[in-house]
Amino acid sequence: MGFTLAEKILINHTSSKKLEDFIYPKVDFCFGNDITAPLAIKEFIKAGFKSVAYPDRVGFICDHFTPARDATAANNVVMLREFAKRFKIKNFYDIQHCGIEHAFTIEQGLIRPGHIVIGADSHTCTGGAVGAFATGVGSTDLAAAIKNGHCWFKVPPTIKFVYKGKKNKWISGKDLILHTIGKIGVDGALYKVMEFSGPVIRKISMDDRLAMSNMAIEAGGKAGLIEPDETTFAYLKQIQGKNFKFNKSMLKLKGDKDAKYDDVIEIDVAKIEPTVSCPHLPSNAKAVSSLRKVKLDQVVIGSCTNGRITDLRIAAKILKKRKVKDGTRTIIFPATPTVYLQAEKEGLLKIFVQSGCVVSPPTCGPCLGGHSGILGKGEVALATTNRNFVGRMGSPDSFVYLSSPAVAAASALKGRITHPEEVA
Amino acid sequence: MKINGKAHKFGNHINTDDIIAAKYLDSQDDSFLGSKCMENIDAGFIGRVRSGDIMIAGDNFGCGSSREHAPVSIMGCGIALVIAKSFARIFYRNSINRGLPILVCAKVDQIKNGDSLDIDLEEGTIKNLTTGKIFKSEKFPEFMQEIIEAKGLISWIKKKSRRKR
Repeated sequence: MGFTLAEKILINHTSSKKLEDFIYPKVDFCFGNDITAPLAIKEFIKAGFKSVAYPDRVGFICDHFTPARDATAANNVVMLREFAKRFKIKNFYDIQHCGIEHAFTIEQGLIRPGHIVIGADSHTCTGGAVGAFATGVGSTDLAAAIKNGHCWFKVPPTIKFVYKGKKNKWISGKDLILHTIGKIGVDGALYKVMEFSGPVIRKISMDDRLAMSNMAIEAGGKAGLIEPDETTFAYLKQIQGKNFKFNKSMLKLKGDKDAKYDDVIEIDVAKIEPTVSCPHLPSNAKAVSSLRKVKLDQVVIGSCTNGRITDLRIAAKILKKRKVKDGTRTIIFPATPTVYLQAEKEGLLKIFVQSGCVVSPPTCGPCLGGHSGILGKGEVALATTNRNFVGRMGSPDSFVYLSSPAVAAASALKGRITHPEEVA
Repeated sequence: MKINGKAHKFGNHINTDDIIAAKYLDSQDDSFLGSKCMENIDAGFIGRVRSGDIMIAGDNFGCGSSREHAPVSIMGCGIALVIAKSFARIFYRNSINRGLPILVCAKVDQIKNGDSLDIDLEEGTIKNLTTGKIFKSEKFPEFMQEIIEAKGLISWIKKKSRRKR
């Protein structure tokens, strides 16, 4: 019997090279941010640990409540910086160097095809788009991995999603994943790996793939894997430059023909309309055309889901030489300083500001109701982020809808949820 | 270990933003996080909960973010055990790693808000003292049982490294 891609990566990391129910492999990289890593460090210190097994495999990325929203947030960053210094952890990144962890770690080559990566943040599954078994864990898992380099896993079954057919020009990776979560529900892939495959996946850009893998967790998934291909390698070469070292073993990162899948779900993309997830679950997916009456107080374009350069390009293309609707605050969050600089070079930032948007520094900010764009009572937002739970972006009496950058930009112009075709 | 307390019932897909809102995540303090437990969806919960009480939920409890502040908050407000039909993956491992007792039981529909419960964690039995009914919870796989018995991941790896030496 053959193996799935997830099983292959996990087996490669065990000493027995056998598939067991539970494994305790060494991880290639583990990381946390300015809200999860402090909790890990407190556990580490409480346990009396005095050494870090592999300092080069540990990273701290300050992206959630940064630029520090208050003194407590600043103190958490100080705690990480001092810990990193004490244990010679060179991958400590403050705001000028990083940006949002799930964009940055891939940009930086900290997550690579075939890796096992754990991050104390649920959207660590983003790394699946480059063929890494990347999964979110908690702070105690991170503390233990900082200490000894290992993490325990139950080997998960895989659901294979096969995307076929010709998609409408406005359908992005975000629409595909919102549609998929709508189909299977927020626990449709609980404890399982989602593997995205089929001819449509082979044709879409890496930024679209990253948006899909990013949201695997919203269906309960442990990972959101995509077999790496020429598109992956070209992308990694382009964003990582000399840091990217291709090796032939990466070509073997494919599921076997006789691998055993928990389920295989075919999705005909020709039937998919631009999709919006309504409050308060990512699975409340509806066609954009059915939501034309929803008025918006705020639009957010960015985040670890959709803050990459192609996301900003499509938003700028729609916003160019137009004005966002008066009364609809529109905030743009480039995911990393590199994306920010590229957007500047291409003139996108100017387009955003001229159209009445505000451009923020890279941060998780409003996505989790942290800062820089919090919703008040009764307010409604459309965001290219990944969650729309009660109170996610601020007041427990606010409402968040989720969409692609194209839908978000078109909606900013109209001040209500809008199909991009309406403004094209 | 035996647990005796009152049931506080919640629905399906209770997410970690429900359990502890993200704005509080800059804290690592158990009692502060405990004082904000369930604030977004049930502001009165903190006033009703007593130390040793039991949280009951439907499917996919703890879905959403990886924040371990969620089990910390639940423990911080005095909850001794969570019983759900199913748990979201990261919450499940966080609870085991941190030593928050959890049980998976398909029959939680037969427990009502305010019911008095008697639980034997080793046996996995849940006795509803209000109705007299007894349920069995699902067994944990052996590997996880080891971590549970060690009272969390940190003590488990300490034990493991002692054994190696």
